[in-house]
Amino acid sequence: MKMLLESLLLALILSNLVLLGSTRVRNYVKVIALQGFILGLLTLLLHLGALSIHTLLLSGGSILLKSLVFPWLLIRAIREADVHASVEPFVGYNASLIIGVLLLPFCFWLASRLPAQLMPTMASSLPIALFTMASGLFLIVARKKALTQVVGYLVLENGIYVSALALVGEIPWIVELGVLLDIFVAVFVMGIALYQINREFDHIYTDQLSSLKG
Amino acid sequence: MLVIFLAGLACLLLAGMSALVIGKRLRLATWVAVVGVIAGSTLSLVAALQILLGQPAVSARFTWSMPLGNLVIGIDGLSAFFLLPISALSALGAIYGTGYFASHGTSKSSGLPWACYLGLVASMAVVVTAQNALLFILAWETMTLASFFLVIFEHRKTAVRQAGWIYLVATHCGTAFLLVMFLLLGKHAGSLDFDQLAAATPLTGQLAGLLFVFAVIGFGTKAGFIPLHVWLPEAHPVAPSHVSALMSGVMIKTGIYGLIRTLGFLGAPEAWWGILLLGIGLSSGILGVLFALAQHDLKRLLAYHSVENIGIITLGLGAGVLGVALDSAPLAVLGFAGCLWHVLNHALFKGLLFLAAGSVIHATGSAEIDRSGGLSKTMPWTATCFLVGALAISGLPPLNGFASEFLIYYSSLAADLRSTVLDNTLLVIIMGGLALIGGLAAACFTKAFGMVFLGLPRDRLPGVPHEAPFSMLAPMGVLAVSCLAVGLLAPLLLNVLALPVLVCVGGTIEMVSLTLGIVRQPLAAITVTSAVLLSLIGALLFWRQRMLARRVVNSAVTWDCGYDRPSARMQYSGSSFAAPLIKLFGFVLGSRTEYSPITGLFPAASHLATHTPDLYQERLYRPLFMSIARLLKQVRRLQHGKLQVYVLYIVISLLALLLWEMR
Repeated sequence: MKMLLESLLLALILSNLVLLGSTRVRNYVKVIALQGFILGLLTLLLHLGALSIHTLLLSGGSILLKSLVFPWLLIRAIREADVHASVEPFVGYNASLIIGVLLLPFCFWLASRLPAQLMPTMASSLPIALFTMASGLFLIVARKKALTQVVGYLVLENGIYVSALALVGEIPWIVELGVLLDIFVAVFVMGIALYQINREFDHIYTDQLSSLKG
Repeated sequence: MLVIFLAGLACLLLAGMSALVIGKRLRLATWVAVVGVIAGSTLSLVAALQILLGQPAVSARFTWSMPLGNLVIGIDGLSAFFLLPISALSALGAIYGTGYFASHGTSKSSGLPWACYLGLVASMAVVVTAQNALLFILAWETMTLASFFLVIFEHRKTAVRQAGWIYLVATHCGTAFLLVMFLLLGKHAGSLDFDQLAAATPLTGQLAGLLFVFAVIGFGTKAGFIPLHVWLPEAHPVAPSHVSALMSGVMIKTGIYGLIRTLGFLGAPEAWWGILLLGIGLSSGILGVLFALAQHDLKRLLAYHSVENIGIITLGLGAGVLGVALDSAPLAVLGFAGCLWHVLNHALFKGLLFLAAGSVIHATGSAEIDRSGGLSKTMPWTATCFLVGALAISGLPPLNGFASEFLIYYSSLAADLRSTVLDNTLLVIIMGGLALIGGLAAACFTKAFGMVFLGLPRDRLPGVPHEAPFSMLAPMGVLAVSCLAVGLLAPLLLNVLALPVLVCVGGTIEMVSLTLGIVRQPLAAITVTSAVLLSLIGALLFWRQRMLARRVVNSAVTWDCGYDRPSARMQYSGSSFAAPLIKLFGFVLGSRTEYSPITGLFPAASHLATHTPDLYQERLYRPLFMSIARLLKQVRRLQHGKLQVYVLYIVISLLALLLWEMR
């Protein structure tokens, strides 16, 4: 049980590192799907003792949304907006990986210093949650395309989700549903915006949006 | 009482909303708005008069979800007094404006300007009746925004937008000071309700002094104290005339109201507050009228006269504060009384003058004094109304402007100070300053009336001069008659001032009435004498007309300068009339003259142009704001439109905060 939990968390760390080092947009989408699946399993595993309809629904919904619907939306956006395969970084892949590796111990140190009341079952997951958030933010900052920013945003949300599991254990399900809906709408809107940006400007480079400012 | 006032307020808001909704149907929207303004103003006028005639002050308290206090609205003597000009002038302005918004609009809808007009009226009424600082500030800002949108009514013109921006920036800088002041007051008293603020333990001397300075800056920006006046000569000329009348006649007075109200929260005033106000009053009065003399644009000239009259009002206020601080009842009571009465009188005659100027511009299409002339023949009624306004603003008896200035004069004559040299010098300065201001104002309006209405047209004007329609003449007529009536009945109307003055100085109503009584007899003597003189002149004129009726009357050129064929361009111009005074005060005005001198026996064409920019804007504000802009340009580097870097800013600041917290 503990073993399984820790290997899931380890998978999360590795998936983040894969994201940082990966060069292809489609890889991003695959990793996002994987992360959604891991999170769903994590939720399920934590409540294995007292399984309820609500937990099942939540983890099922989470898996459905994060590992099927979002990737499908993103793939569609890639196809429609005719996104070039490369992610086009501001910070190179190797440098990104090294930064990721440096971020990991920083997050462990940060988590040890945080005066937080942790759930006993999830004590080890707080640093990993922080690391996931940091990776998401890093992706937003260091990648050029609008699509990669959507991905960064999703990773950030995943990190927040894990930290919530670590801190509260069980979030009121109305809040969780709210968060899920929130992300869904965000991804949906970003998909549309991406398509529109692409149609107007023939590309989706956000750094060129600066030509719009007055 | 309060119910009547609130019903009036509801009338205004309802009519404003309706006008906004049905804005596309121009005539209907105009009708709804005008009927709404008249109904609302009448109701609030009734409520105000009831309070002024002796009914006890009223207030209502509602709870609301804002912190520190309740929604308190009420009418006491001071509020009621300020409600008078607000109600009267807004109704008259609305009637005047019926034709304006429809014919001058750049957009198809006249709903928005009317909604703003009604919003302005309603917010002014709330400003003077709010008894909670938060409600006051909300109404104050609504007033600012509504008037801003009215100022930029003709927003297609660059000059109008520029003036609008100056107004908006200036007034917001003022509001910043007010916010800080009210927050500090509220923190001290633990509540933002006015009654709590007034009842709180006295502030320490330094804090009270600081808050007083903040109030002077904050309210003075709206009122137009020099050097905070820069927005007035920009905004008034570009706004529609009835809006200028409303803004100059009553809106800037809310600054005076706010200052008086705030004085009530600061505890016993110190002598230097009064001296500061006297200084501001003197400089605003004298510089205002000097700059007015140097102007070529009729509405700009009137705008500078607003600065001048605010100066006179502030002189009265300063005298009143000084009187309270030095414990001299006549100085305090008569000073405040003169201040308040001049507020009302200025609303009447400045409203009249702006409306008359609007008629002139409506008819001729130009506000340039040196191009017009001879309009008294084509626009006799407008000319008569303007003349009445000009006489009143110059402070000549028996018109209303004289009565209020006389109160301020008399306050310093009757002051029973324990004669220290400085105090008595101050009194002399008040009188001397008022006399200088009055004389210069008379010169200035001789120029304005003489150049615009007398003589012959100096230039070919865009429009054909014609008398204004009845809807524009009627409000002017009402105002002109009120100027005369208030002047003639001044000795009887003194009692109305007792209640508002009581709010300012405290004490008992008997003491205030008694002190006001000492001025009644001299005022009555002067009024009666000048009224008799005036009717004598009228009788003589009438007699002359009778005598001439049966004879042949030839009209000839008055003065042809020895030319064989004089042209209208050779007439004395406004600039030449004002030139000696401008030259005399050149050191404070900084007028610029462009002149190509005439040389040789057969000179080529030459030209002369004078220009008097606002000294404070040129020398103080422009350099200041330019350097601020230069400084802030450095900050623009942070804002370059790169989304990624914006997120990086957020990440960095979040991380920094986190690390700071974990230190």
